[in-house]
Amino acid sequence: MKYAYYPGCSLNATGIEYNISSKAVASYFGVELKEIDDWNCCGASAAHNTNHWLSLALPARNLAIAEKEGLDIAVPCAACYSRLKGAQVAVKESAAAKETIKDIIEMDYQGSGEVLSMVDVVHQGIGLERLKEGVKLPLEGLKVASYYGCLLVRPKKLAMDDQENPMKMDEIMASIGAEPVDWAYKVECCGAGHSTQKTPVGFKMINDILRNAKLSGANCIVSACPLCMLNLDMRQKDLKQDNGENYNLPVFYFTELVGMAVGYTPEEMGVPKHFTNAITLLLEKNLHPAGRRGA
Amino acid sequence: METLNLTRAYETGKGFIEQVEAESGVKVKACYQCGKCTAGCPVAFAMDYTPRQIIRMMQLGLKEEVLKSKTIWLCVHCETCYTRCPKEIELAKLMETLRMEAKKAGYVGEKEVDLFSDLFLKSVENHGRVHEMGLVIGFNLLSMQPFKDAGLGPIMMQKGKIHIMPSNIKGKAAVKRIFEKTRQMGGGSK
Amino acid sequence: MKRIGVFVCHCGTNIAATVDCPGVAKASLDFPNVVHAEDYKYMCSEPGQDVIRKAIKEHNLDGVVVSACSPRMHETTFRKTLESVGMNPFLLECANIREHCSWVHPDKVKGTVKAISLSRLSAAKVALNQELTKSTISIEKRALVIGGGIAGIQAALDIADNGFKVDIVEREPSIGGKMAQIDKTFPTLDCSACILTPKMVDAAGHENIELITYSEIEKVEGYVGNFDVTIRKKARSIDMKKCTGCGICWEKCPKKLPSEFELGLGERKAIYTPFPQAIPNKPVIDRENCRFFSSGKCKVCQKVCATGAVDFDQQDEFETRRYGAIVVATGFELFDHGVYGEYGYGKYPDVITGLHFERLVNASGPTGGKIKRPSDGKIPKNVVFIKCVGSRDEAKGKPYCSKTCCMYTAKHAILVSEKIPDGKPYVFYMDVRTPGKDYDEFYTRTHNKYGAEYIRGRVSRIYQQGDKLMVRGEDTLLGKQVEIEADLVVLATAMVSNSDSAELARTVGFSYDAHGFYTEAHPKLRPVETHTAGVFLAGACQGPKDIPESVAQASGAAVKATGLLSKTLMATDPMVSFVNTQVCYGCGMCVPVCPYKAIELVDLEERVHGKTKRRLVSSVNQSLCQGCGACTVACRPGAINLKGFTNEQILAEVDAICL
Repeated sequence: MKYAYYPGCSLNATGIEYNISSKAVASYFGVELKEIDDWNCCGASAAHNTNHWLSLALPARNLAIAEKEGLDIAVPCAACYSRLKGAQVAVKESAAAKETIKDIIEMDYQGSGEVLSMVDVVHQGIGLERLKEGVKLPLEGLKVASYYGCLLVRPKKLAMDDQENPMKMDEIMASIGAEPVDWAYKVECCGAGHSTQKTPVGFKMINDILRNAKLSGANCIVSACPLCMLNLDMRQKDLKQDNGENYNLPVFYFTELVGMAVGYTPEEMGVPKHFTNAITLLLEKNLHPAGRRGA
Repeated sequence: METLNLTRAYETGKGFIEQVEAESGVKVKACYQCGKCTAGCPVAFAMDYTPRQIIRMMQLGLKEEVLKSKTIWLCVHCETCYTRCPKEIELAKLMETLRMEAKKAGYVGEKEVDLFSDLFLKSVENHGRVHEMGLVIGFNLLSMQPFKDAGLGPIMMQKGKIHIMPSNIKGKAAVKRIFEKTRQMGGGSK
Repeated sequence: MKRIGVFVCHCGTNIAATVDCPGVAKASLDFPNVVHAEDYKYMCSEPGQDVIRKAIKEHNLDGVVVSACSPRMHETTFRKTLESVGMNPFLLECANIREHCSWVHPDKVKGTVKAISLSRLSAAKVALNQELTKSTISIEKRALVIGGGIAGIQAALDIADNGFKVDIVEREPSIGGKMAQIDKTFPTLDCSACILTPKMVDAAGHENIELITYSEIEKVEGYVGNFDVTIRKKARSIDMKKCTGCGICWEKCPKKLPSEFELGLGERKAIYTPFPQAIPNKPVIDRENCRFFSSGKCKVCQKVCATGAVDFDQQDEFETRRYGAIVVATGFELFDHGVYGEYGYGKYPDVITGLHFERLVNASGPTGGKIKRPSDGKIPKNVVFIKCVGSRDEAKGKPYCSKTCCMYTAKHAILVSEKIPDGKPYVFYMDVRTPGKDYDEFYTRTHNKYGAEYIRGRVSRIYQQGDKLMVRGEDTLLGKQVEIEADLVVLATAMVSNSDSAELARTVGFSYDAHGFYTEAHPKLRPVETHTAGVFLAGACQGPKDIPESVAQASGAAVKATGLLSKTLMATDPMVSFVNTQVCYGCGMCVPVCPYKAIELVDLEERVHGKTKRRLVSSVNQSLCQGCGACTVACRPGAINLKGFTNEQILAEVDAICL
């Protein structure tokens, strides 16, 4: 299995663990991820808030490059997934849009090649059965709140899972031995850029998610988006529970957990790079090799 | 609270509704003001007008109030509203269009939000990818909060999560041309 | 040689304002076969009709063209005019120079030219009109009511009281319908069963009514006055003549399962009556869940039955009966709110529908009339009602308003206040619709006297937090997001058509709309008839409505049915298809094309060159044929023609304006 790989701007920076762990998981299961040559930024939210054609052309350039090799495209970041898929769908739906976009990017692009979220690469491409077979360390003891955020499930045309109660990440978690928790904030928005550009607003939105995750009995959260991760993980220290205590709720990229389940160490997956200490939980649940070596 | 003269409002706002509907593809007139959008909006708590009220003002032709609002800048485009709206009104798309119209008219209800967006795109235009460090520093300086999140900087650098130097892509010129072309084409929609 | 008269009406200024009527009359004299033409201010009035009568006699006319309003308005009027002077009423043609001309074209010059063309067209057609005679059919004096809910029961009682025999065919083991499940009725808060059961008893005891329960309509053939209906009497596994309804069998039955009548909130046995006041009060065996039928063991019911009424070998029975009229009163279902992911996809036990609430609050319901949460049996304090779930929702539900929910939600809110000491009802609404007698006063009491909190706005999300249900809405009057910690949430779900409503309509042979509700003959003026002669509608199967409306409609349908049954003979429209057997070669294309199943292939015996030969030809049942003309299009050799609209007549019309 081979995919064109679109990491997106965050994956070499704030989302570096996602990059490392996605590649590791893919390689373990024999999935080749070929990074799109000389890819550019997809435009994220800024582009579609500023100029409609810009928001389609920026991702289209990447898709056009991938199309030359005839590959489907694997996209880890949820925002990049939404933008790339949006461009592909726009080109497929309207011949007029296709021509305009081709004209802007000065490249041929026909809209072939499926755009897949990394969640689907694992859930559909690799599949739950193979996932289960590959597990060396079932992540028992982890009660995981799967946090999907907005852009994987909205709008309906681009959704890769159920819009109100998505289950793909939950199923992946169950397959690797963790216990997915049913909770109400699976698809509530984390505030995206507001945590930086309008901090009090962003913080309230992040706090609501953390609070509900805690109330539901989860001891960790998984995410499939570097911005959601940044919000839930990096900003956690600035937020307190209703009783004044810290949340102490580690947040993982789902690929980090899959990677650990198939035998990589947390260090290899980039877990020490988290802002909210995740190592302690792993030690507690006897899921950290250091702890296990001692046993 | 002043009485709103709807006759006058209709006259001044005439054409605005049609123009925005045409540009965004959103049928504002179909909204029956049920409030489901506002009920589910995760940012409504911070807005000056609720999302439903923005549509109501649009229906009445209150162009100035809509374009001057903070709401259209605070919308995070999570599309929860559109997903649940019984009339399938693409509210997030409407917010996008209104934001672009507002900027053209010189109204920026939330300056930081606009600033962040502009800096983001400048970074992409210059390098082909976003240089996160440059973006954050630029944002902090220009929004007059130079020491915001200052403590995070060194930690992030140590974890390899942020780079001092931007990386340019080879096709940087191609990206710049995309920006130039789309700027010429104007905001537009559809 | 034909002698045609053309009469041009001014219709006051309706036509005369944009058509030069005297000019049209004058021009008509130049048409072929026209011997007389005049114009008059109001042709349909008595003096106007006298103009026609006089002209017919004076000029010996054998064809009349009235250029005036639409034939839908006055064709019948002018036909009677012709009849009154002894002329065959079908020697008339109406040229529509009003709706098709003067009303839509402001230019008088061009309008007049068009009016002349239309009149010429009609004159060319009427020249080929034949004298037609209405035929008659006999009427079977027995009515069929499909559906034994309140509408069906009322219709049957009215027909029976008028002296005619009626059969009620009901698919459930008992009659009663949804009204049997309801607790109290608005606006009087009468107990529903208390006002329903006397009618049920009347229906059961009436000498003219026969109840055929646990049965379905299998096939319907025939036509108005003569419907041949095959009824499938499903096997109850009980000999109805022997059973006394003592109840020992269902008491002793070991198999429990969720009761459909209680909507899963309570249980029943495999052998059961749906509710205590069931009529007939005799059980059925649910063979799918009965231990004997699935595993061969048990038979406890048979053992304890004192009269030996249990019959495991019973089979479905089929019986065909003839009816003169059919009243369809099959009722409705409720929309499945499981499509709303934002409300939990139907997985939260404490998010229930209005009908569930009726069962909870009903004294003979699963909780003995105490409003208890299905999840833990506790009495709820904060009860949130949400209206328009599935109604007025183009995205996930139905676009229409279900008419009854505003009233029954108000009723439910009152019951919460009355039955729960510190209960607080909240109602999320978009509008409050109270279009009946005493309805708005009822709603006013709900929020004034009974303390119900009405919040204008729709709910975006319901989710479980601990043992509370968090409800998120907007108070649009205040312009703020609101959140309520609810103990119980009741959804007023849309009234929808039965899942098999389309199938029944096709079996019986009448139309239904995009939502599966049955189509009335005219939305304003003929609400209880269908376009199929002899088939009438009553109740919610025609569209969402409440009990008084259903009863009113039922009586209306009963009158129509009775009117039909009280005739000895019925006249039928003579504009029907007929087959020229000399041209027909029996290909049978017309048979499936006919929407009224009026055509069949029959044997024709002929003498050809001295020998008797048999061949198949089409034959039209003139009583069933509604004159739609579909067969004339399907017929390749042109053997089938429609009286009054023959191919030749239509081509003559075309020639008149094109040549």
